[in-house]
Amino acid sequence: MPDGQAIPSAARPISGGAPIVRLEGVTKRYPGVIANDRIDMEFHAGEVHVLLGENGAGKSTLVSMLSGLQQPDEGRILIDGDARPIASPAGALDIGISTVFQHSMLVPSLTLVENAVLGRAWWRRPDREGTAARMAAMAARIGVSLDPMALTGDLSLGERQQAEIVRALMRGARFLILDEATAMLTPHDAARLGQLMRRLASEGVAVVFITHKLNEAVEYGDRISVLRLGRKVGGIAPETLRQMDPQAATGEVVRLMFGTHDMASGAAARVDPATVDRAGDPVLEVLALYAGAAAVPLHNIEFKVWPGEVFGIAGIDGNGQKQLAEALAGQEPISDGRIRLDGAFVDRLSIGARRGKGLRYITDDRLGEGTVGSFSVAINLLLKEIGAAPYWVQGFEKPAEITENAREKIRAFDIRTPSAETPVGKLSGGNIQKVLLARELTGTARAVIFNKPTYGLDLANIAATRQRIRDTAEAGAAVVLISTELDELLDLSHRIAVMDRGHLAGIVANDDAARRKIGELMSGVGE
Amino acid sequence: MDEIEKPRALAARRREILDLLVASLGPVLAAFVISGVILLLMQVNPVSYYGYVFGRGLFSPTGVQATLTRMGPLLLIAASLIVAFRAGIWNLGGDAQFLIGAVFSAAATPLMAPHLPAGLALVIGMAVSAGFGAIWGLIPAFLRAYQGVNEIITTLMMNFLGISLASVLVKLLFLDPATTVPQTRTLPVEDRLPSLFGTTISSGVLIGLAAVLLVHFVMTRTAFGLRLRVVGANPGAAIHAGLAVPGLTIAVFAISAGFAGLSGGVAILGQYGNVRADWNPAYAMSVVPLVFLARFNGFASIGFVALFSILSIGSESAARRMGVPNYFTLVTVAILLILLGLSEYRGARRRQRAGA
Repeated sequence: MPDGQAIPSAARPISGGAPIVRLEGVTKRYPGVIANDRIDMEFHAGEVHVLLGENGAGKSTLVSMLSGLQQPDEGRILIDGDARPIASPAGALDIGISTVFQHSMLVPSLTLVENAVLGRAWWRRPDREGTAARMAAMAARIGVSLDPMALTGDLSLGERQQAEIVRALMRGARFLILDEATAMLTPHDAARLGQLMRRLASEGVAVVFITHKLNEAVEYGDRISVLRLGRKVGGIAPETLRQMDPQAATGEVVRLMFGTHDMASGAAARVDPATVDRAGDPVLEVLALYAGAAAVPLHNIEFKVWPGEVFGIAGIDGNGQKQLAEALAGQEPISDGRIRLDGAFVDRLSIGARRGKGLRYITDDRLGEGTVGSFSVAINLLLKEIGAAPYWVQGFEKPAEITENAREKIRAFDIRTPSAETPVGKLSGGNIQKVLLARELTGTARAVIFNKPTYGLDLANIAATRQRIRDTAEAGAAVVLISTELDELLDLSHRIAVMDRGHLAGIVANDDAARRKIGELMSGVGE
Repeated sequence: MDEIEKPRALAARRREILDLLVASLGPVLAAFVISGVILLLMQVNPVSYYGYVFGRGLFSPTGVQATLTRMGPLLLIAASLIVAFRAGIWNLGGDAQFLIGAVFSAAATPLMAPHLPAGLALVIGMAVSAGFGAIWGLIPAFLRAYQGVNEIITTLMMNFLGISLASVLVKLLFLDPATTVPQTRTLPVEDRLPSLFGTTISSGVLIGLAAVLLVHFVMTRTAFGLRLRVVGANPGAAIHAGLAVPGLTIAVFAISAGFAGLSGGVAILGQYGNVRADWNPAYAMSVVPLVFLARFNGFASIGFVALFSILSIGSESAARRMGVPNYFTLVTVAILLILLGLSEYRGARRRQRAGA
C-alpha cells in the first residue's frame, strides 16, 4: 500500500451509509468466562464510537478481534457489508483497521520517519525524504504539527500517539481504534487527542474510542456503547446523543454502566439498619488518610465504620479503591493520617499485626496475590497463618491438623474441590473466592474489607458471597465493601461513599434517593 | 468418604511418582543415545566410550572413591541452589561464594590445626567457609531485598569479583611462605576430614548428603520452608499474607551462599588441603542444570549429582585415554536439559489440551 495515500473517498461520511464494520452476534469464550456474549455493533465512517465498560467488561477482547489478534467463536464480522474474517493483524491493516494503544508502539531510538518506514519489505531502500514529506503533508491535513525527523524518544506520549495516528493514516487506515489512548495522557494532551478524533471523523475515518473517562466519552463521542460482563447492555445513538446536554448524557451512561433500574426507585429489599450499633464506638476509623506514593494517590480520606455496619465504596474502577484497601491492610504505605481499629492506632503496624488485631482484607486479585495457585487448598487456607499453632508446632508442619482444618473449611464454606490437596489454581473463580472467604472470615474478624467480592463470579456464588457479607456484619464486624456494581452496594450497604480520583467525593445514606445521589457524585454533578 | 478418598489419593500419588520417574529417566536414556550419535560423528565408538567412562567412574575401586569424594562439594552446592531456587531467587554466584569460602577456610585451618583438637579445627574451618561464603552473598541480597535489583545479574557479576579476589588473597595475603607456587598453606592429610571405612572416600560426601536432605526437609516440612516457597511461587501473595519478604530474601541468600561457601570448605578440608591461586573448579555452574533436572527435589538432585560425578570422573580418564575432551560430560548434560525441556513442554501441552 503506498505511503501518503489519501483517505479513501469511499469512506467519506455518507448519511445513513453502510457501516464499515458490523458485528453480528459475536461471541468469544475463554475457559470459564464468556468474554463477549452475542455482541451486535456497528461502526460507521465519520463517527467516533465510544466503547465504555469496567475492566473485564469485554472491551479488550472486542478490540483484539477487530485487530485480528483473536477470532470470534460465534457470530460474524462484516467488513463493508461482506462477511470476511480478520484473520491476522496484517489482515486488519490491509482492511484499513489500525490500533493505537495507551503505550506507544513506536521505537524510541528511531526518528518518526524511520518508524514510519518500518515493516516494509526489507530489501527496499527506505525513502526517508519522500516519506517525511508525505508524513508532514498528512499531519498538516489532519491539523497535527509534527517534525518527521524528530527522535521518537524526545517526544511526549501525546505527540507519539499523534505520530502513530499519522502513520496509521499513511498506511491507509480508515478504521482507527484508540484503546484507552487517553489513559496515560496529561489533561492537555488528552484534550488535543479528543479534538484530533473529531477532525478524523469529519475526514471520514471511523474512530473507535475506548475510555474509562465519562466526560471524554460524552464530549468526543458520536455514539456510545456500554459493555458490562461481556454483554452490550445499551448505548446512545448519535441522534439521541446530539440532543442531550453533557450532564444528561453522563447520567444516562452511569445508569447503563451500573445498573438498569430506574434512577428514582430504590433497591427492592432495604438493608436492615438494626444490625448497626451506632451507640458504641466505631470499629474502624480512617482519619485524614493520605498515600502520596500510590499508583492512584489517596488524599484526605476520612470515614468511620460502626460495628455491624456495611460501608460501601462506589466509584468507577481505578479511582483509588484498591489503593485505599491496601493502605488499610498495610500493603500500601501511607504518607499522612491515621487508622484506628477498636480505638487503637494500627497505621504503624505491619500487615500481619493488623490482621492479628482483627483487620481482614479480601483482595480482588484472587490468583495474583490472594492465593498461590500451585499450592494446595489446605495450605492456601492457612497462607496468612504460616507457623501458627496447632498447624505448625515449633516450626514443624502438622499435616493432620492442616488437613483437618481444610476439611472443616471446605465443608463450612461449601468449597467444591476434588480434595484438600488440589492446587487452588485448578478451582473455579467462585471456589477460589470461597477459599479466601474461609481464610479471612474465621477467627475474630473485627473489620473486613471486601474488594470487588463478586467480580467474575456466577450467580450462585454471587448470592453466597453477598450472604457472607451480610453475616459478617450481623456478627458485629465492621465491613468495608468496595464494588463497582451499584446494585450490590445498594443491596448490602448502610452507607455508601463515592470514590473519585483518590478521594471520597461524598458519603450518602442508603435511602430511596441514594441511587440518584451516587449517580450525581459519580458524574461529578455534585461538585 | 474418607475411606474412599485415601486409597485414591495414594494411587494418584503413586501415579505421580511413576510419571515423574518416566519423565526424568526417559530423557536421561535419550540423552545418552543422542550423545552416542555425536560420539559416532567424532569417530569414537560410543559403547566403548561409555563403557570406559562408567568403568572408571563407577565400577573401579579408585573411580568410585573419587566419584563419591567429588559428590561432597557438589551436593553442598545442590543444597545451596535448592534453597535459593525454591524461594525464587536465582543465586548464580555460587562459584565465587565457593572460592571465597574455600580460600578463607584454607587460610585459617592449617594455622589452627596444630593448636586445637583435630575435630574442633575442622568444625571451625567449615564454619569459616560457610560464614565467608554467606558474607559474599550479602551485597546481592541487600540489593535484591531493598532495591529490587535483579540478583541474576548481581550474583554473576560478583562471580568475577569473587574469583579474582580469591586469587589475589592467595597471592598476596595467604601465601604459603614455604613454596614458590602461589598457594595457601597445605593442611596435612591427617588433619583433614576423615576418610570413610579405610578408603579414600572423604566424609565430605556425608556432609553433602546431610545438607541436601536437611534442605529438602526444611523446604517441604517446616513453616520457614513454606514461607520461602510462598515468596518463590508468588511474591505478591507473600506480601499480601504479611510475610517479611526482604528479611526472608536476605535469609535465603545467607543460607544459599553459606552452603556454597561450606562446599568450598569441604572441598579443601576433605580433599585438596590448599587453594592454588588459579584454582576454580566452577562446580556451581555445573550443578545448576542438575538441580533444574531434579526440579529442585532433594532426592532427585542426589541422583543427578551422582550421575554427573560418575560422568565427570570417568570422562577425565577417558580424555586421556580416548581423546574425547572431558567437557563432553557437559554436552551430555546440555542435551539432557534440552530433552527435559521438550518433555516438559509436551506435558504442559497435553495438560492444556486435557484441561480445555
